[in-house]
Amino acid sequence: MNVGSIIRGARRLPLSGKIGLALVIFWIVVAIVGPFIAPYPPGSFANEEVFAGSSSEFWLGSDFLGRDVLSRLLSGARFTVGLSAIAVTIAACLGTGLALTAAVGPRWGDELLSRSMDTLISIPSKIFALVLVAAFGSSIVLLTLIIAITYVPGNFRIARSLAVGLARLDYVEVARARGEGRLHLALVEVLPNMIKPLFADIGLRFVFIVLLLSGLSFLGLGLQPPDADLGSLVRENTSGLAEGALAIIAPAVAIASLTVGVNLLIDAATQGKAH
Amino acid sequence: MSGASPVSRWSGPAQLVAKRTGLALVTLVLVSAVIFTISGLLPGDAAQELLGQGATPEQIAALRHEMGLDRPAVVRYFEWLRGIAIGDPGQSLVANKPVADIISERLPNTLILAGLTTLFSVPIAFLVGISSAVTRGKATDRALNIMTLAMVALPEFLVATIAVLVFSVKLLWLPSITIVPQDPTLWEFLRAYAMPVMVLGVGVIAQLGRMIRAAIIAELDRPYVEMARLKGVSQRRLIFRHVLPNAVGPIVNAMALSLSYLFGGAIIVETIFSYPGLASLMVNAVTSRDMPLLQACAMIFCATYLLLVLIADTVAILANPRLRQG
Repeated sequence: MNVGSIIRGARRLPLSGKIGLALVIFWIVVAIVGPFIAPYPPGSFANEEVFAGSSSEFWLGSDFLGRDVLSRLLSGARFTVGLSAIAVTIAACLGTGLALTAAVGPRWGDELLSRSMDTLISIPSKIFALVLVAAFGSSIVLLTLIIAITYVPGNFRIARSLAVGLARLDYVEVARARGEGRLHLALVEVLPNMIKPLFADIGLRFVFIVLLLSGLSFLGLGLQPPDADLGSLVRENTSGLAEGALAIIAPAVAIASLTVGVNLLIDAATQGKAH
Repeated sequence: MSGASPVSRWSGPAQLVAKRTGLALVTLVLVSAVIFTISGLLPGDAAQELLGQGATPEQIAALRHEMGLDRPAVVRYFEWLRGIAIGDPGQSLVANKPVADIISERLPNTLILAGLTTLFSVPIAFLVGISSAVTRGKATDRALNIMTLAMVALPEFLVATIAVLVFSVKLLWLPSITIVPQDPTLWEFLRAYAMPVMVLGVGVIAQLGRMIRAAIIAELDRPYVEMARLKGVSQRRLIFRHVLPNAVGPIVNAMALSLSYLFGGAIIVETIFSYPGLASLMVNAVTSRDMPLLQACAMIFCATYLLLVLIADTVAILANPRLRQG
């Protein structure tokens, strides 16, 4: 896939897909440049008024301590998008790696992996994450790992069913007969043919991960102060709910626009392929 | 088969259901081992936590012995498992009360919340799924698709925030925290639950609606539907008498999945509305690192999930005549 074909593909998306794509690109850009274009340092008490409304100086008003909501949102988005992206990458590498091992490896390996993942998948993901957070705490590194591990079984299940289907096909048998090693079979023969459906799954899992991370931070169990992701911003401003403060609505809407955007994009992209 | 006796006719599915039940029990035991292992991995242990930094090693050792923490992990696991199985998961470290007492206060609240949300959202989800499937590809379907797609991805706290802003701040219709009065009238009861049920319902309706649509559409593409259409069966009859009975398996499965989504949602919703349920209890247990309480809550959620899936499997087996006849 080169740049030209990606642009052509994007043009062919239905309107909902274009909106989704625009939202996704917007949040990626914000995550990268956000902290540099923030009008105030995220921790500075810029406004004397708390829960101020929108003004020309403070586009999204001020928070419960009088800090600039826009600046905090711009730096919070980096945590939400960045940590979720890292977590989904780890989850997909582990899940798909194990799935490929199961598909080309010996039968007992597949049985063992599949049974263990079936066990883990019967623990609802938020419950699993809570148990892990209780046991290990929530420093940034551990939090990212916890969220990644929570979604490994789901990715494994999808990737395994794709990989096992492919590993049974004749061309893989031929490669096996040719004397290719298992690593070659997994990475050269099987993996390239499951990339596209896998990406749809990774996109959905990214949405779940963003929601889980923000949910944990909202409960006070995720990112710890002074770091704040979008979920933490909602949490710290809950006292402004009764007055309908922008400080609580803005970060919540920000999370929603990211997750809804990814969802719209994946839906449009996968439907285009089916036709 | 007309020649088969009633016994042999039902022995096939009975065996299948028994097998599934056994499998679910094995999974539950494995899940308990995972939960026990993870929550036992923490660097310090409960004795150290209780006594704080200033404790001497002797004091810690004495308390560890008293709490039974100095015995091998396997022994402690089986004792804990036995406790869970007979309904006595031990003593809460923070509240200093039996975990069973704390949970039995909270569990009914979560069951009421989950039950009301189910009653509210399942009919709407069917409406969404069916109207979407019969108008496949048309404007109604596309609009519903975009709506449910967005609803699935909304964080519960955004839905809750908007609901509170609209219904309790602007319109002053509903209270912003859920306090159920003693002996409520039906009106008070509904008012108290309206907001959490609505917020939880959004996710369930969207998810279940999408899965019901997919299940019906999978059936609509089958040859027997074409046949029924050619015979002049009306659309209503086609959906309710031909398609839905055949889609029971995937639909009950979808219901089990989206009801288990309720627990995840309940964690956020119960916290926002300060509702004294099991999910908010579990969050408190994480914050205070009250491991016995946390383990018990986690086991209840996992057992409920496995039970829901088992019920769905059983219904699917019984509803499928091919499996029924073994």
